[in-house]
Order: sequence, then structure tokens, then C-alpha cells
Amino acid sequence: MGEVQDPEIPILSIIDLGIVRYVRGETRDALHVGLTPTYSGCPATLVIRGAVAAALARAGFAGASIETVLAPPWSSDWLTPAARVKLSSYGIAPPAEAVSNPRRLFGSAPIGCPRCQSAATRLVSEFGSTPCKAHYLCTACLEPFDYFKCI
Amino acid sequence: MSANANQGAAADAHLTYVLRLADTSLILGQRLSEWVGHAPALEEDLGLANIALDLIGQARLLLSYAAELEGRGRSEDELAFLRDAAEFLNVTLVEQPNGDFGHTLVRQLLVSAFQLELYEALANCADARLAEIAAKALKETRYHVRYSASWVVRLGDGTPESHARVQAALGELWPFTGELFATDSVDEAMQIAGIAPQAAALEARWSARMDAVLGEATLARPADSVFPWHGKRGVHTEHLGYMLAEMQFLQRAYPGAQW
Repeated sequence: MGEVQDPEIPILSIIDLGIVRYVRGETRDALHVGLTPTYSGCPATLVIRGAVAAALARAGFAGASIETVLAPPWSSDWLTPAARVKLSSYGIAPPAEAVSNPRRLFGSAPIGCPRCQSAATRLVSEFGSTPCKAHYLCTACLEPFDYFKCI
Repeated sequence: MSANANQGAAADAHLTYVLRLADTSLILGQRLSEWVGHAPALEEDLGLANIALDLIGQARLLLSYAAELEGRGRSEDELAFLRDAAEFLNVTLVEQPNGDFGHTLVRQLLVSAFQLELYEALANCADARLAEIAAKALKETRYHVRYSASWVVRLGDGTPESHARVQAALGELWPFTGELFATDSVDEAMQIAGIAPQAAALEARWSARMDAVLGEATLARPADSVFPWHGKRGVHTEHLGYMLAEMQFLQRAYPGAQW
């Protein structure tokens, strides 16, 4: 599973993203893998499903069944600590933590620029290049950057 | 009525209720996607496309569920592409044409704020499947409300031209909002089943949010209309047919075509 990348953010594996909800099974032929979508309409979901099936087949689990899990809904809180470091080095600001505190979702925690670390940034648009990202601009180094949204 | 007929009516109401939710998301998602490549700026093009994507994703989950409830072996795609206008059960508001950018954002605010309250209630309803779809959609809808409210404030409290345009859009679209909270036998059956929330409570919260946003946007709240719309029962404005003609063209011309 760790080999399967997110097609939109290839620096992250699906384990980093926290979308593999379970892998269970008594025998090699009866493996069940639960995947959850990040956003209802995320077009990467189908691609990921296909990539997981291919990776399982390569590892000798051709008969595995891949199941979609909706509840509990995916949260950016499920990104692993390693994922947050990878995102930052890739030029995407990781989500400000703890969606479980709803004030943070509507408040304005400062988002640091992933290039120059300045906190002098402003939101350009709530919606970036993919559903999971917002579009920011750093007013210190003037570089635009993506912010992985809290959800 | 016999026990069997009672059960049949309850099952029909359940299917109808889920289809109304699904169609409302699908039709609004399709309307918004008409903006792709045409929005005033690239950022807003992406924003509207992202909201459209969320809505169509929600519609897919809901239509798949509706197809299972129906139990006639139809797929989500068959429900989306092979039903005619009178079989669509979306609220009339979402099929209204986009108009200008401000008009689209006013429509979005009216609907997203409604969906926010609705999904919040449905996330804890007695139908576990609907509850998990609503919990997922709720997170996305919070962003839709934030985006559309911030634009309505910016345009309403903007230049005389932008103010006049969104005020006019609000006047045109407001009469359709009554249908969001109108209840019929389907809603009542779903309320009794512990699935649908009480419409009056939803309306009170929606109305308070509208007052807050419109106040900040310096926009006047239009008077409520007494004319009832019945998109939820399949009675639509003329706009839906044209839209479906485009949306369904490929499946009608090449039945069963796949990507």
C-alpha cells in the first residue's frame, strides 16, 4: 500500500493520506481492503482504486476485494506526521491541525509559506488545483502556493 | 390501507426523498460546470468547478443509494442520463440559469446554506446510509457556504453596479426559496421515520444566516413569495429540459457508451 501514490500529489502514498481504513482477511484469497474518498467527487478516487488493485495483484493478492468506506468521513487530521513533512518539502502547506475544533475551520490560523516560512500570507481562493487544496499567496516572497485544506 | 400498502407507500416516500436530494445536487453541479472556462478569473473558474465536482460526487453517492432503494437494477448513470424532466425531483431553484457571476453566487449561497442545515440534521438521522453521505457532504458544503457568502458580501458591498446586479439577482431567485422548506406527504413520512428534520427549524436557522450575510452585504431581503414551485414533484420551469438535452445527449445518441 505504501507504494501506491496519490495521482494528484505523488509525493504522498495512500497510507500517508490516511485513506486506507482497513486491510483484513483470513486467507490470501479473501483479503478485504477498505478505502475512503477524500472528497465525494474527487476524480483521483477511481485511479487510486485501480492502482491498489494492481499493487495487490503484483503482491499475489489478485482475489482481494476493494471496498469503499464512507463513515467516518475522511478528515485532514488523518494525514500522517510524515505526510505533513513531505507536503511542506513539496511546496504545499500542510493543514493547520485539529479539524475537531470547529472554530479553526472558520477562523484564520496563519498559514506559513512552505518556501520562505513567512506567516505573511493571504488567501487567494478557497479552491485550488484540486478539491483538497486552497490557493494562497505569500506576501513576503511573492510566491503563490497551495494549502492542503482542513476538512 | 393494508399493512402491505402502508409499507409500499413508506418505501416510495424513502426513494422519492433520496432522489430529491440527489437531483438537487446533480442539477446544481451541472449548472455550475457550465462556468468552466468562462468565469471572470482563473481562481473563480477553479472555485466553481470544485464546487460542481463536490456536488456531482454527492449526487453519485445519493443516486447509487436511490438505485438500490428502487431495486429495479438501474444504475446511478441510468438514473442521471435516462430519466426525463418530469422524473427529476430537484428543487426548482437549482435549475435556474446561471445569469452573471453574481447571479450564480447568489443562487449558490441560497442553496448551500440550505444544504448546510439539511446535511447537519441528516448526519444524525435514523437512516445510517443517508447519515454517512450527509456527514461527508457536510464538510464540503461548509466551504461552499464560505465561498458563496464571501462573494455575495464582496459584490453586495462593492460598487453601485455590482450591488445593483446582486440585488436584482436576489429579487429574481428569492421567490424560489419557499420550496426549500415546503413539506408534502413525502417529507412528513420521512419526518415520522426519524429521517427528515422539521422544516420549520431548518428554515429558522437558514433565515438567520441569510439575514446575517445580507446585512453584511448591504442587500435588502426580498419579501417571501406566495407562489408555490413544485420541482420536487417533477413540475419544472422550462429551463430544465434544455439543460437535460445537453447533459443527456451522449447517452441518448449512443446508448450505453462508456469512457
